[in-house]
Amino acid sequence: MSGSNGIVVSGLRREFRGGIKAVQGIDLEVAPGEIYGFLGPNGAGKSTTVLMLTTLLPPTGGSATVAGFDVAGQGAQVRRVIGAALQEAALDNYLTAHEHFELQAGLHGMARKQRRARAVELLERVGLTDAADRKIGGYSGGMRRRLDLALALVHRPRVLFLDEPTTGLDPQSRSALWEEVGRLAGDEGVTVFLTTQYLEEADVLADRVGIIDRGRIVAEGTPNALKAAIGQSSVEAVPADPRDRERLADVLSRFGEPASASPKGVAVRLGGGTEELVDVVRALDAAELSVAGLQVHEPSLDDVFLAKTGRSLEGAGDQPAAEERAAVPA
Amino acid sequence: MSTSVATQVGFIARRSVRRTFRQPAVLVPTIAFPLFLLAVNASGLDSATNLPGFPGDSYLDFAIVVTFMQGALFAATTAGTELATDIESGFLDRLQLTPLRAVAILVGQLAGAVTVALGGAAVYLAVGLIAGVTIVTGVGGALVLLGLATLIGVAFGSIGAFFAARTGSSQAVQGLFPLLFVTFFLSSINLPRELIEIDWFRTVAGANPVSYLVEGMRSLVITGWDAAALLRGFGVAVAVSIVGFAAAASSLRTRMART
Amino acid sequence: MTAFGQVAVAVARRNLLVTFKNPALILPAAIFPLVFLLAFAGGLSNLANVPGFSFPSGYTSFQFVFVFLQSAAFGGVFTGFAVAADYESGFARRLMLAAPNRTGLIMGYVLAGVGRFAFTASIVTIAGLAAGMQVDGGVVELGGLLVLAVLVNVVATLFGVGLCMRTQSMQSVPFLQIPVFLILFLAPVYVPLDLLDGWIKAVAPYNPATAFLETGRGFISGEPDHVLVAFAAAGAMVALLGFYALRGLRKAEAGG
Repeated sequence: MSGSNGIVVSGLRREFRGGIKAVQGIDLEVAPGEIYGFLGPNGAGKSTTVLMLTTLLPPTGGSATVAGFDVAGQGAQVRRVIGAALQEAALDNYLTAHEHFELQAGLHGMARKQRRARAVELLERVGLTDAADRKIGGYSGGMRRRLDLALALVHRPRVLFLDEPTTGLDPQSRSALWEEVGRLAGDEGVTVFLTTQYLEEADVLADRVGIIDRGRIVAEGTPNALKAAIGQSSVEAVPADPRDRERLADVLSRFGEPASASPKGVAVRLGGGTEELVDVVRALDAAELSVAGLQVHEPSLDDVFLAKTGRSLEGAGDQPAAEERAAVPA
Repeated sequence: MSTSVATQVGFIARRSVRRTFRQPAVLVPTIAFPLFLLAVNASGLDSATNLPGFPGDSYLDFAIVVTFMQGALFAATTAGTELATDIESGFLDRLQLTPLRAVAILVGQLAGAVTVALGGAAVYLAVGLIAGVTIVTGVGGALVLLGLATLIGVAFGSIGAFFAARTGSSQAVQGLFPLLFVTFFLSSINLPRELIEIDWFRTVAGANPVSYLVEGMRSLVITGWDAAALLRGFGVAVAVSIVGFAAAASSLRTRMART
Repeated sequence: MTAFGQVAVAVARRNLLVTFKNPALILPAAIFPLVFLLAFAGGLSNLANVPGFSFPSGYTSFQFVFVFLQSAAFGGVFTGFAVAADYESGFARRLMLAAPNRTGLIMGYVLAGVGRFAFTASIVTIAGLAAGMQVDGGVVELGGLLVLAVLVNVVATLFGVGLCMRTQSMQSVPFLQIPVFLILFLAPVYVPLDLLDGWIKAVAPYNPATAFLETGRGFISGEPDHVLVAFAAAGAMVALLGFYALRGLRKAEAGG
């Protein structure tokens, strides 16, 4: 799978001074044109991995190639074919969007005319045409991320790295960004390596997901396969009359093991999948139980994370990823 | 598609100058303050010219070079703060992902800071001349003076850049300011060395490179073409520039650990 | 304690804790006056030989008074910075909401300013004495110098608080520093008033800082002069700037 745009990682490690093992030997492959979601809590090693794959941080062990180039030995070649929007969208508050393009495209060696045309095209694409000559200091978080993405694309990279591209964004800006990333991979065949701590983001956007925890990949696969592998759907019913709760539990218990539910409801795992839902409804009807609510819960990536690590993804991180980097130079 | 180092330097320098001019709250006081101090000291310390052995009879002539030293201090904090802020914010990572060379970042930041410092120096000189400064070496001397002032800007700028590359913290760079400030005062910046009465102070001033920078510039204004003073001034400025730049480049290379 | 007193003490305590725990804040406050003392009293001591210069207690004492009053003024200026920083961080909003007596806020900042000055004043005094400064004034005169310096400190704090409560931004720091610097240096800093030359000679006699300096120098040499003028000027400035600070507080209340 190491084709022209792919990523191949083998036994990649990074230790920092003081023996902190941020990344402890990970293996993964990303196919050309694929969107790979790297999911994990804060401090799991996501950003360290991205820094290594983008050649900004030398690995202390293992190897990785991006678009066929070795990240350790062929840094310059790797940088030529990748684009990256790193955490916190580092932009210059005193420059305009156009001036950012001028700087970044200029440093990539693009001629003045080309620079301008590419800037106009990309700004249009991320919806920043009207704000192009305003200083970044006045931009909202969503605008900054969009500009960051556009800048990452300036030299037409074949592989795109996005480190937590939507952290801190409102739902609207988030889905706009998702749409754009999806289009890049779908229409232009750009390989996307994306880190996130949001389950939904990985679920919606990624073709495949790798779950990283404490520097190790604990699960990998398509979102559906991952969810299917660990669990079944569950159904939760809330009785119309609270006194029926016990009878309701009796009926439901015929369909599977009990699962966690809201205080007023009863839930069980559906051993036979969601197709059993019809049977559940019939059984409730036969028992003359009226319900105020009936809900099916699909297993989430959080369930996957929980199953693999024994912890819930939300709140599992205890340190911001930025601290990983702070430990680099002396 | 690759760019020459000179082109890269141009891009970084242009950005640095732009940033500085877009922060008038920083720029205006730093240009105005040395002029204010010059105005105050030229008048307040004018009676020092009555001391036996004082060169010339105008403290304004004597003090005009102090503004250039403050301009250099400005270059140091600008170059340092800009670089440190880029490191802190992650902007350096953005730059590192382009084919930009470490040395181009450094030269670019310095060029930007020194351009601003040179602009400041031109303003100081113009205001000084209007206020009645006479430069005994004439137009040629004034140009050499600006040249030396620029070189001193490079010297202090590279110290600022070294601090930034080494610590990666703009707060640490701000801490450099009092340090340089102290170094300035412990020199012949306010009185000729021969007229400093207190022995240890005179000794310290004699060992302080700042004294030679100041005296080199001052010789052009007050005494005329003094080869020895100029040699010492340019010598110190070049030496500090080389050492500072080498240290900054080495620290920045360590920090830019990209493969 | 009254609400006013409680608020004042709480604000002052927090402010001083923040300052003294942060080397980036406290070191410059300690180092700058020392550098000035060193540079002026040490480097410029030859100025005492300028024809016509007569100050009985010597040049170190002459400059000590300037540096002492300067550090008093800057103790107040730094408190102004703290007010601006409090507004930028949003802490001031919390203070305004929590304080049962908001006028106490101003008093708190004033106390914090005095606390800062107490710190630098001790350092500068020790340094001055170590440098062999000659003190000819008695206890009453030295007390007079101290009270005068505290008044200068309060004046600067009130100015800083008033300004920063209006601007609520660190961007206004130069507008706080420059006027204070201006007033301090448009005075007989290096030589007595009658030896001044040029445009400062025209301005200095009308500058209150001149009165403070001359009176302070009179105190340390045991020959107090213009005492009434200096204290009247200081008192008037406290009243005026106190009003300015209070109006600033009211504006801040109205705005947020």
